[in-house]
Amino acid sequence: MTDLLAARSQMAMSLGFHILFAVAGMAMPLLMVIAQWRWLRHGDKAALELAKRWSKGTAILFAVGAVSGTALSFELGLLWPEFMRHAGPIIGMPFSLEGFAFFLEAIFLGLFLYGWDRLKPWVHWLAGLGVWLMGMASGAFVVCANAWMNTPAGFDLQAGEVIAVRPWEAMLNPAAFSEVLHMLIAALESVGFAVAAIHAWALLKNRNSRLHRMALAISLTVGGTAAVIQPFSGHIAGDHVAHVQPIKLAAMKGHFHTARDAAFHIGGYPDVERAEMRGSLEIPYLLSILAFMDPHAEVKGLTAFPRDEWPPVPVVYYAFQIMIGIGSLLAGLALLVAWLAWRRRALPTDPWLLKTLVVCGPLGLVALEAGWTVTEVGRQPWVVRGFLKTADAVTPMPGLWMPLLVFTGLYLVLGVVSVSLLKRHVFASTLPGVDQEVRDDVA
Amino acid sequence: MTWLDQLTPALLVAGVMTASVVLYALTGGADFGGGVWDLLATGPRRKAQQRAIERAIAPVWEANHVWLIIAVVLLFVCFPKAYAAIGTALHIPVTAMLVGVILRGTAFTFRAYDTGEGASERAKGWTRVFAITSTVTPVMLGVIAGAVAAGGLTLDAEGRATTDFISAWWAPFPFVIGALTLALFAQLAAVYLALAHDGQELAEDFRLRALLAGGLVFILAWVAWMAAETGAPQLKARLLAGHGAWVVHGIAGGAGLLGFVTLWRRRYGWARAAVMLQTTAILLGQAWGQHPFVLPPNLTITAAAAPDSVLVPVLWALLAGSVVLVPAYWALYRVFRTAGRQAGD
Ligand code: HDD
Ligand code: HEM
Ligand code: HEM
Repeated sequence: MTDLLAARSQMAMSLGFHILFAVAGMAMPLLMVIAQWRWLRHGDKAALELAKRWSKGTAILFAVGAVSGTALSFELGLLWPEFMRHAGPIIGMPFSLEGFAFFLEAIFLGLFLYGWDRLKPWVHWLAGLGVWLMGMASGAFVVCANAWMNTPAGFDLQAGEVIAVRPWEAMLNPAAFSEVLHMLIAALESVGFAVAAIHAWALLKNRNSRLHRMALAISLTVGGTAAVIQPFSGHIAGDHVAHVQPIKLAAMKGHFHTARDAAFHIGGYPDVERAEMRGSLEIPYLLSILAFMDPHAEVKGLTAFPRDEWPPVPVVYYAFQIMIGIGSLLAGLALLVAWLAWRRRALPTDPWLLKTLVVCGPLGLVALEAGWTVTEVGRQPWVVRGFLKTADAVTPMPGLWMPLLVFTGLYLVLGVVSVSLLKRHVFASTLPGVDQEVRDDVA
Repeated sequence: MTWLDQLTPALLVAGVMTASVVLYALTGGADFGGGVWDLLATGPRRKAQQRAIERAIAPVWEANHVWLIIAVVLLFVCFPKAYAAIGTALHIPVTAMLVGVILRGTAFTFRAYDTGEGASERAKGWTRVFAITSTVTPVMLGVIAGAVAAGGLTLDAEGRATTDFISAWWAPFPFVIGALTLALFAQLAAVYLALAHDGQELAEDFRLRALLAGGLVFILAWVAWMAAETGAPQLKARLLAGHGAWVVHGIAGGAGLLGFVTLWRRRYGWARAAVMLQTTAILLGQAWGQHPFVLPPNLTITAAAAPDSVLVPVLWALLAGSVVLVPAYWALYRVFRTAGRQAGD
């Protein structure tokens, strides 16, 4: 394994790990405050219990997110010193603002988790709301920094040195809007469905639990709403990529040769040697329509660009297929649930539906990772598109397989422990006795 | 007003960074120190000590930890060359520190939120991990700071670090600074804990620990001074020159002595102020000793700094952010300080 490959793998692994916990920090607080709101407004004990349980899960996930994020802010320098030396100041604005958002988020979280009986109920609720808003803000800022790597803006170059930085222009670069929008919705969608799956599973064990019904209703509303909007925001992202990052678009769609009336491919496999898609299902005109709203629009193919600027096409192609496949599936599922709920004026809890929800639980998170793979691998061979190649940004440090191994092992352990801790909490909460207590309280 | 003319945006940012490092030491540092005392908890009140430590740290450690993140973010935004050089030449200690940060935060949380069968068994394991990493991480932080202060980080003409990845930090001086950092953090924690339990038996335990750690700080400060002779001659020369240097020495030494006297007399409020002042003075002393370099011996603050077009907006953002941050942080401490007093065991 070359050091470059080790560095890329370590970065990908660390980010892929962090994002799972980061989305929890962005979406769980919303679920928490909705449940708490129901307690405050209606005095519903089950809602209080639910808010408390969710906040315990959030505490665990948040801690792992915070420490893995801390690692990331050093890893940028450990692995990509050349990148940070040039880019650090330019993307400094979103990172500095993110720092404040983290700070406020951590303060509010401390107040929320440990302030149940020290703060007035509404002040306490506001602290929870603060956690949510600051979590979303952190996510938005850091994605602005990432968007800049895709569409660098807001600086001038003179003899290889960065001069005249315009921080706001860099932060609000062309890709920022579509990426931030799509990412924030992705967080709510993926966490919403993951949480819904847990409570659907609990309902399968214990159909009458008020607590789990309420939990399912809240998480499905949040996740489902996000899922229905997500294809639209994805379309905005795709529209941006089509106009500004044409190579990435071509790789995403397995589109090798520039053509009008371009077709959209599903499945099959992109044969990079022969520069053609093989065995895919072709939908005529659709790519031209999706990219430029015109069935006859010309869409640039990969062969229009130098071979050494192609990203790894199959990775990007399949990642994109996975994302849109899951996106369509979850949107469809959300619409189905909404329709059933509307027709019956009640939360549908048919066993087949609950089982489907359990199976679909991890899919949002899979789509999230797949989407990031599209964005990040699709940017290769550049770390800053058009300016700095990934290979030129890497550290001269030898033996990078070693930290890769250390961090991978560490994150594996942390991942396993977090999951087993959460599982124990969920198990504890599906014991019939626990729910009985809540019901007794309510009665 | 000559000094005001010299107050460039780069210097201001360096000042803010120093301030966040000091705040990190005073708050997050004490959280590490708490972990050290968790590891060394002994005697009849062993359990009570550990519970007191846990209760003191739980609500605040994540917020305290962000001071470190702020300092790092400012470093890479405003002094990217220094950040890149540290990431390169000190790759190994930085990685070791990160492993410590990750394990300590998660072990602490896992212990607090474990439930179900066998939770108390597992808690012992988490306590071990938490306590050991609370000890190793400050040492690594000190090693990094010591290596920078010693002046081992040199750059080539293009601004890349010239390094063999080892020699900048694998030396006595950085490790002495590491030990000193650990002792300081432990002392801070013991004093805070003594104050929080003023009037109870538990306070006696922490008082004794604070006195011991304070003694260690004195000894290690002296050893560091000796080690600087060969380990960091430029720093030492700076710390011997001029009135400013002697003021800092005076404050650090005086505050250290005051800490001993007030601890002895069980005036914990005063002891806390003294120890905080001592820590601040030591850190400011180091900052002063390094000034005008971010990375001695040749990368100055001015040369390392990003263009003013970056620094000035960042400074405004810092100012605007502080307006929200400071009251919120203060509120966090207020809510949980009164809580610690009431808890009563
Ligand atoms: C729950 C997760 C999820 C779901 C269901 C979808 N996406 Fe997505 N997608 C992401 C999660 C995501 C992401 C992980 O959040 C990315 C990576 C970077 C970003 O901003 O969002 C992303 C990136 C991303 C990009 C690349 C943006 C860039 O590189 O600048 C495009 C074009 C799309 N998405 C399009 C879609 C479409 C058309 C979807 C239709 C259903 C869709 N996504 C569903
Ligand atoms: C799209 C990518 C990312 C998103 C959406 C995201 C979002 C978040 C969120 C919401 C948190 C709060 C903690 C939690 O919820 O667990 C967090 C923590 C953190 N993230 Fe990320 N992050 C991303 C990538 C990064 C990167 C690339 C870095 C490093 C440069 C980073 C640095 C941090 C740090 C330092 C923390 C800890 C803050 C604390 O102590 O509260 N993140 N991230
Ligand atoms: C959290 C969501 C993210 C995920 C899952 C992710 C994923 C990845 C992957 C898979 C790679 C390796 C690409 C390759 O080398 O083939 C990568 C590289 C990288 N990412 Fe991201 N990324 C995320 C967000 C971010 C953000 C927010 C930033 C910065 C602000 C960032 C900065 C980088 C850098 C500097 C590299 C290394 C250079 C490169 O390979 O281009 N990433 N990321």
